[in-house]
Amino acid sequence: MSEAAAGDLSVSIWRGGADGAFARYQVPARASQTVLDVVTHVQRHIDPTLSYRFACRVGMCGSCAMTVNGRPRWTCRTHVSKVAEGGRLEIAPLANLPVIKDLAADMSPFFEKWQAAGGAFAPTLSRADPVEPIRPSEPDRVVADAGIECINCGVCYAGCDTVRWNAAYVGPAALNRAWTLMNDRRDGAQRERLAAVAADGGCHACHSHQSCQDFCPQSLSPTGAISGLKRMAMKAYLRGELKP
Amino acid sequence: MNVRLYLWQRGTAALMAPLVLIHVAVMFYATRQGLSAADILGRTRGSVAWGLFYAAFVAAAAIHAGIGIRTILAEWTPLGARGAALAASAFALLLAGLGARAVIAVVMP
Repeated sequence: MSEAAAGDLSVSIWRGGADGAFARYQVPARASQTVLDVVTHVQRHIDPTLSYRFACRVGMCGSCAMTVNGRPRWTCRTHVSKVAEGGRLEIAPLANLPVIKDLAADMSPFFEKWQAAGGAFAPTLSRADPVEPIRPSEPDRVVADAGIECINCGVCYAGCDTVRWNAAYVGPAALNRAWTLMNDRRDGAQRERLAAVAADGGCHACHSHQSCQDFCPQSLSPTGAISGLKRMAMKAYLRGELKP
Repeated sequence: MNVRLYLWQRGTAALMAPLVLIHVAVMFYATRQGLSAADILGRTRGSVAWGLFYAAFVAAAAIHAGIGIRTILAEWTPLGARGAALAASAFALLLAGLGARAVIAVVMP
């Protein structure tokens, strides 16, 4: 294992599938360099077979999340200077998801659970109806607005202990999405969604470790959303509106 | 964990919180007053109140621990959800049985 030359980063990148291994690369350090820049440099200048995923490069699309020095991060907005330890980077695919190849994780389980938790909006009006006016100051809307900036990057899912231990757990992003819809009075699938998130693998499986809100690049609070769902489901159960 | 188990676990926790405080306070009282085992048994035997108190304690502890153990077994062992539920139920019954035996020994005249 050679030390990085002055001005170079020593970068270990996961290569292969689940049974792959880390490969080491020397990448020139640059000002304002992001982790995604480093990965792109390796693919463009050292090994074009490196697979990874990105799209917008400005923190909007949620495509480029990876594990950087052991912690899930959005790589396009993560500056190397803030995370490199002694000029070293270790970059792996997101945890808690199957590896397709190299840095590309299979997001299918993430989005399948998102759907299972009632993540799809169920409209109560058609396009022929007038737009329903909703004031931003309405209490339910304020609660929903606090969670709607989720970009589904999967960072919270990859960083969640409960996801790692419990294969049935739908995860923080799916529950955060469900919480925003439970506070959207235009939605028409409230009862079904609450039943979905109150079942095994739903909000009550959360241990409130709060890794999701610690890791969330958007500074959202999925833990708070999950607590809200727990309270909402408990009240519905006590009123006899919910049968687990 | 679903909403029913969650409610039972939180409910039993809420019930045990004051029971634990009373239990600890009684222990301090008995120690500071220098009560012997015979003195204590003289007060608890035949007491419906102490019988109900500790019976509630035992029931709450068995339910609470059973639900918690179920989660731990399901998450940290290869038992699976059904196996964990069965093992946790057996553990809860064991706790309830041992606790009931202790309560009977202390309050039955």
